[in-house]
Amino acid sequence: MSSQSLPTGTDEHPGSTTGTPPTHNRRRNRRLPAAGTVGRYAALALAAALTLGPVLWTLSTSLRTPSESFNLPPSFLPVNPDFTAYQEVFRQINVGVLVLNSTLVTGLIALGQMASATLAGYAFARLDFRGKNAIFSLVLATMMVPVQVTIVPVFMLIRGMGLSDTLLALILPAIPTAFGTFLMRQYFMGLPHDFAEAAALDGAGPWRIFRSVYAPMAAPGMAIVGILAFNFHWNEFFRPLILTISEQNFTLPLGLVTLQGSLGTGSISVVLAGVILSMLPALVVFILGQRTLREGLTAGAGK
Amino acid sequence: MIFLAPTVLGMALFTFLPIIGSLVLAFFRWDIISAPQFIGFANFTALAEDPTVRVSFVNTIVFVIVAVVLQLGIALGLASMLQARMPSWLRVFLRSVFFFPLVLSAASVSIFMRYMFNEQFGVVNWLLSLAGLPAVPWLTSPVASAAVVVLVYVWQNFGFSFLLFLGAMTSIPKELHEAADLDGATGWKQFSNVTLPLISPTVLVASVMAMISALQVFDQPYVMTNGGPGDSTRTAVMVIFESAFQQLEFGQASAIGLVLTVLILAVTALQFRLSRRFVFYQ
Repeated sequence: MSSQSLPTGTDEHPGSTTGTPPTHNRRRNRRLPAAGTVGRYAALALAAALTLGPVLWTLSTSLRTPSESFNLPPSFLPVNPDFTAYQEVFRQINVGVLVLNSTLVTGLIALGQMASATLAGYAFARLDFRGKNAIFSLVLATMMVPVQVTIVPVFMLIRGMGLSDTLLALILPAIPTAFGTFLMRQYFMGLPHDFAEAAALDGAGPWRIFRSVYAPMAAPGMAIVGILAFNFHWNEFFRPLILTISEQNFTLPLGLVTLQGSLGTGSISVVLAGVILSMLPALVVFILGQRTLREGLTAGAGK
Repeated sequence: MIFLAPTVLGMALFTFLPIIGSLVLAFFRWDIISAPQFIGFANFTALAEDPTVRVSFVNTIVFVIVAVVLQLGIALGLASMLQARMPSWLRVFLRSVFFFPLVLSAASVSIFMRYMFNEQFGVVNWLLSLAGLPAVPWLTSPVASAAVVVLVYVWQNFGFSFLLFLGAMTSIPKELHEAADLDGATGWKQFSNVTLPLISPTVLVASVMAMISALQVFDQPYVMTNGGPGDSTRTAVMVIFESAFQQLEFGQASAIGLVLTVLILAVTALQFRLSRRFVFYQ
């Protein structure tokens, strides 16, 4: 395909005949796959433009004045940025409360998942107890059940617990994590056994061994669980839509959708300013933790 | 067992108990206010007769087929194009770009996409007008709005399949491609005879995962079209949501949820069965 110059006898490699000067040879060979290469770069550029275009348009439009936000031609680059829309979004909705709610909900779910998945993953990887495999299979089986099937009973359960329309209603049911437990179990299985034996010789009990020896070593695995939990729950829409009622308990995506519904198309830059603000934490995670996020997202497919 | 308690008790309470609850509830009529009333299979027979529910399941299945084919096709194409020789910064950049929509919230994406597909002022129709094409009523025509839901969903999710394929393709030994080069196999032949068979286990996993998540589509149609115009973009999960939390038919909603779960399990089982014929494990 590339610069192979075997004298295959086809006229696809005219430059490879030994008589031509080397420079000419190289140039000809380079030009040969040119049509394919150009086509490939064109396709990749188009795909990249179609992927980034909507995000750039959103950013640029959020930086227009609200009254010009829907003017044509549209803007794709933020020239002459205007921050009225950003001031306006803080006036229209209580962005501070939404950010606080989203941060609390997402942060506590992430911490809760990291803690519970580390404990359970360690038990499944390292401890011996009756029914271990059966319990682990049951835990994994919950991954097959879509959230929409359990949402009605969960809604009633939350109501019965007196937690309806609270942030805890969003946090508590999201803490047990089958995928996180699976990830942490894999992680602990990959760590060497010798440390446990050495610590046991020194008289450390099972909890000490976990707490002081293995838990610190599992930090990278916990980071994957935390980042995945953050990415999923920061963006979550379905559960908050059902489990919260009053605006003071809304999370960002829900607040923005509500804002969009209440504003006419005249001030879309205000809504888009909110959208951009809500993307910022995800963007930070994307930049700082992209590798961890990638590994975590694809980890489920490799089992 | 202090180690297992948080996860296992939490799951018992928030997953297993609700599953049982759903199974029981599906045979009752309950509006939360009055006492539940046992009605046997009436919720399930009502499903078969209710035109909205029927349409929503048909919509969902058509959506899944189109979205998954597009998502896998785009992801395969882009991942294989990234295998070609190119500067590594460019490869890293493109990989980040294609994966970026995954970190956004589907609700936010649906908000800005809804503006972009606006018939009069949207940027999509403006681009079409530059090309001399007529404006498309994206969100007000049944077919076009279904297409918008598919496009927006695929835009956000192809990156996931792309990452899976990229990982699988990168792990193919270079010698295999070199050998195929020597045999004179070019682009498409190499892809279909070398790359595709070698990554077929990943294609299977990616398609199962894509189908499972597409069957649960909700955010995009809810925010962009609210199921309309008519019922043209109403999906199975939207009907679960509406019958439970708008019509207070909790039993009916549970029944629809169970049917959807069975569908998900069936799709998964079917794909693993089919895979015995098409997937090559090394």
